[in-house]
Amino acid sequence: MTHTVKRDRMLVGGFALAVLTMPVWMTPLGAGYPDLLQRFAIYGIFAIGFNILFGLTGYLSFGHAVFLGVGSYAAVWSFKLLSMNVLPAVLCAMGVSGLFALAIGYISLRRSGIYFSILTLAFAQMAYNLAYSVLTPITNGETGLKIERVDPRLIDTWLSGPSTLIPSTNFFGMPMSGYSGFFFCAVLLIAAFYVALRIARSPFGAMLRAIKSNQNRLNYAGVHTRPYALTAFVISGIFAGLAGGLLAATDPLAGAERMQWTASGEVVLMTILGGVGTQLGPFVGAVIIKYAENIFSAFNPQTLHGIFAFLPDPIEDVVVTVTGLFVGNGWQLTLGTLFMLLVIFLPGGVIEGARRLGVLIGRKTAALRGRRSQPLGSALPASGAASE
Amino acid sequence: MSDNINDPSRRRALKVGAALGMGLAAPSLIYTRNAWAANFRNDPTKAKTVMLGFNVPQTGPYADEGLDELRAYKLVVKHLNGEGDGGMMKTFKPSKLKGNGILGKKVTYVTGDAQTKADAARASAKRMIEKDGVIMFTGGSSSAVAVAAQSLAQEMGVVFMVGLSHSNDTTMKDRRRYGFRHFFNAYMSGQALAPILAAELGTDRRAYHLTADYTWGWTQEESLKNATEKLGWKTVAAVRTPLGAGDFSQYITPAVNSGADVLFLNHYGKDMVNSLTQAVQFGLRDKMVNGKRFEIVVPLYSELMVQGAGAAAKGILGTANWHWNLPNEGTKAFTQSFVKEYGFPPSQAAQTCYAQTLLYANACEVAGTFYPPEVIKVLEGYKFDGLGNGPTEYRAGDHQCMKDCLVVRGALHPTGKYDLLEVVKVVPRSQIEYPASMGGGELGPYIV
Amino acid sequence: MDAVLLQLLNGLDKGGAYALIALGLTLIFGTLGVVNFAHGALFMLGAFCAVTTHKLLTISKSVQDTSITLFDVHKDVPYLQIWWGDIGARIIDYAVPLSVLLAIPMMLLVGVALERGLIRHFYRRTHADQILVTFGLAIVLQEVVKAYFGANPLPTPAPEIVSGSANIGAWIGLGDALSYPWWRLVYFLFSVAVIGMVLAFLRFTTFGMVVRAGMRDRETVGLFGIDIERRFTIVFGIAVVVAGLAGAMYTPILPPDYHMGMEFLVLSFVVVVVGGMGSVGGAVLAGFLLGILQSFASMNEIKDLLPGIDQIIIYLVAIVILLVRPRGLMGRAGVMET
Repeated sequence: MTHTVKRDRMLVGGFALAVLTMPVWMTPLGAGYPDLLQRFAIYGIFAIGFNILFGLTGYLSFGHAVFLGVGSYAAVWSFKLLSMNVLPAVLCAMGVSGLFALAIGYISLRRSGIYFSILTLAFAQMAYNLAYSVLTPITNGETGLKIERVDPRLIDTWLSGPSTLIPSTNFFGMPMSGYSGFFFCAVLLIAAFYVALRIARSPFGAMLRAIKSNQNRLNYAGVHTRPYALTAFVISGIFAGLAGGLLAATDPLAGAERMQWTASGEVVLMTILGGVGTQLGPFVGAVIIKYAENIFSAFNPQTLHGIFAFLPDPIEDVVVTVTGLFVGNGWQLTLGTLFMLLVIFLPGGVIEGARRLGVLIGRKTAALRGRRSQPLGSALPASGAASE
Repeated sequence: MSDNINDPSRRRALKVGAALGMGLAAPSLIYTRNAWAANFRNDPTKAKTVMLGFNVPQTGPYADEGLDELRAYKLVVKHLNGEGDGGMMKTFKPSKLKGNGILGKKVTYVTGDAQTKADAARASAKRMIEKDGVIMFTGGSSSAVAVAAQSLAQEMGVVFMVGLSHSNDTTMKDRRRYGFRHFFNAYMSGQALAPILAAELGTDRRAYHLTADYTWGWTQEESLKNATEKLGWKTVAAVRTPLGAGDFSQYITPAVNSGADVLFLNHYGKDMVNSLTQAVQFGLRDKMVNGKRFEIVVPLYSELMVQGAGAAAKGILGTANWHWNLPNEGTKAFTQSFVKEYGFPPSQAAQTCYAQTLLYANACEVAGTFYPPEVIKVLEGYKFDGLGNGPTEYRAGDHQCMKDCLVVRGALHPTGKYDLLEVVKVVPRSQIEYPASMGGGELGPYIV
Repeated sequence: MDAVLLQLLNGLDKGGAYALIALGLTLIFGTLGVVNFAHGALFMLGAFCAVTTHKLLTISKSVQDTSITLFDVHKDVPYLQIWWGDIGARIIDYAVPLSVLLAIPMMLLVGVALERGLIRHFYRRTHADQILVTFGLAIVLQEVVKAYFGANPLPTPAPEIVSGSANIGAWIGLGDALSYPWWRLVYFLFSVAVIGMVLAFLRFTTFGMVVRAGMRDRETVGLFGIDIERRFTIVFGIAVVVAGLAGAMYTPILPPDYHMGMEFLVLSFVVVVVGGMGSVGGAVLAGFLLGILQSFASMNEIKDLLPGIDQIIIYLVAIVILLVRPRGLMGRAGVMET
């Protein structure tokens, strides 16, 4: 027990260190700028929350983006009506998406397996379609909900009078754009990571894993599982709401496309890619997908020629032509290929793959040294999927 | 869980908190120092080159349009740097462009994938601004993206030259000081189309609208309803269709027997290709209603969509911003230059993007600086000619280009792959003009 | 009355497409236990079989186009037309129906290759892994098509003779007001025929019997010494061919582009689940039911009453059905519930 606690502490500490130093070590990778770092943190929170439901409990929600979208709308409305401070906005986002999660979860959790997935998908698609069209007075439809100069902002107006500009979001004066916005998101990401870890280690987490491994046995034993699953669903919805609120906080705009099924699919892919049920996996998956989307898509022949300029001309042209298929407008090809290669050769996601690699290397070195060494990957607790 | 586990973790949490505080303080210092060092964001004065950002959809349903925009951007960069044949730079006047970059600095560019999604477009634009240091960004092929990017431009203090965007909102309700639109809008489409419709179809018609159920569709429907009802037409029904419906048959059949004799398809992109193809299959164009031949009208045309719809587009009326076979000097220069580079004529999306970049570059030259407020002041009210649309004015009040507008028709007997549209009439600016205050909205401040 | 009848026809048409895609999807679920997110992309591949056929038939000779003087343009004249004149033109006109001849072997090949090379290794993996690998496959297929054909929709018209609309009203004595496109009638009949063939195949052949038994209880069938895995390859192939045919014949209704599969993917999953996982009959029933409901919900009278109902009807019905009938219309217990 103490061993686990110690290891968890190291894990959170290491995670916090890695996240907070991202502006430094992401720069050589071309990702060291505030907006993308913010996105890493925000989608990390989204995926970590999704993992509480999917990884621990085994319920695959295919409409989780609805909570992201609802959170964003709630946050922007808080900016419009109350204050440009992000604190009420984030709380609003979490509250409203929690309520949505309660309602959708209450109905959807009556079914399990793929039937549950389709129920969540149906709710999310309905929300998306309505937000895009009929609910335009609330959501501003296609163009998205924005902040206007003439919004009431009751608290701000009461404190400092009406604004002559379109104000920007802040956390008690700290601006939410640029690096300060990233650190705000990063702190919340670390907090979310910590909470998720505590949940996984708690008796409640054990119950969720029991639901995943054999729900029927629990039911036969007289345990009513649905309240536990619903709690997990709501917690995970609140995480998504927080992520949506932060998206709006760092960039005060909310659009319906955040709720489309592709957005729901994206968080599923992030989680699977990183490793379902692992602690670090969802965040790693989120970083990989957002990195591909923002960096690979930005390459063009001009930049490629710059990169491969050291090669002799004819070879350079060939290399540029071939790599050109995978970047720029072909970045999705990279993503698709990556999905396939990873799942074929590293089943269980990046984290599980790293663990296996670690074990393999550990064994080799052990064989060389003639004694058993601690497997490298065991520092990463692969709970959930790996342990079952 | 006992106390001896919780206690140390609480202490540690405090320590982490303190470390975070320091972490927060340090980078924000760096950030502010940078902000003071330059008097505006991404000032290229000290650099040898000037960086522009081309943010176009490269994946998703509008990828072909985005790629054509990108071709135009690459071409305009060449011309600005004095390579190639100069294209419309030769015909653009008044112009201070010399073919030595902008203000003597060589033009370079970064590209990004806007995915036709507001979120992705803003993420991509922010990368250009925060990481690549662009002084101006441009592109896009939907109004949602244009509006989102434009408000970002205002927040960040970086000029955004709108690509293809046809919604009224872009320069009405959602206009911004840092956003400029060269393309025309739904209101102009309605004003331009109405007299032609009266001339060709008469003044006693009953119209049925199928409208994409989002803001662009609504503004176009409203603009056309107003314009045609002034002619004396009646609107039988205006039906909203979900975006990306794919099969529109269930919306087309009610139109068939509704007593209407004109069908307006307020759709764009794939929706337009599908609904037009299917409407023609339902035999609407062979029908006689109220003693008149049933007609279909597609208010906003694009060459790529006409290609997609194939034979279904033959003879169908609509409007366009520009077409490559217009008989003016700018158009000829641009088309020839584009064909020489890529082997086929440019689309209207390419033309608007090319023109936007030239206009921005020239505004910098005229202002003598990259400082955005000065550049904006030059663009506001700038009158020019030779960019393919005849005499044009960037209106100061709403940042909308006022110029002639084309009424076009799907070519009845296309002889080649590219002459799919024929220009019915060039509608003069005076006929489609409206006060800049129309639609409300405010531009916001020069200095942000 | 006319309006209702027309909407019914629209629904049957739409339902035909939904049912064809869902049929293959549910076969794969039921027999192989694989969640196939690439099924929409396979539908798209089928559609591009039609485009390819059209392209092959119109391999052309480039002729200088004299009508454009601004720059040099070459006009393409298909060789078939040069060699055989009108008969050549007639063959080109029939590109879409002819594409079925290309689509069947092509899609069978694709299906068998995919099953042998990829899907087979995922039978015993988690659904999460299956989703990731098939979704990756779908993206790769799409991007390859995009790289070759571009992102713009490509017009592939139906043959001239069936490109107009049929005067159904006159046939059943309802007057002139009732007409319906010929090609849509063709598509409906085609989908019914394909569905009938697949059902008959499963029902009346030994092969089908084994497959149906395998869907119920794979292990017991294995105990009888039947090589069920080899049959699974063929089942997967059939499912892919059905999706491909659905796509190829749909092209005159929906000009195909590389992205069209994704839009059908979600819908077909809903159809499969509403029908009941692994139930072939259920998928067909649900396909037609949802198609018809969607058509009726789009009628102006109903939209006036409930704004936006046409946008959500399918999902609303799915929720209601799943709450009332836990395993869809015709699903069995225990299939894909964990």
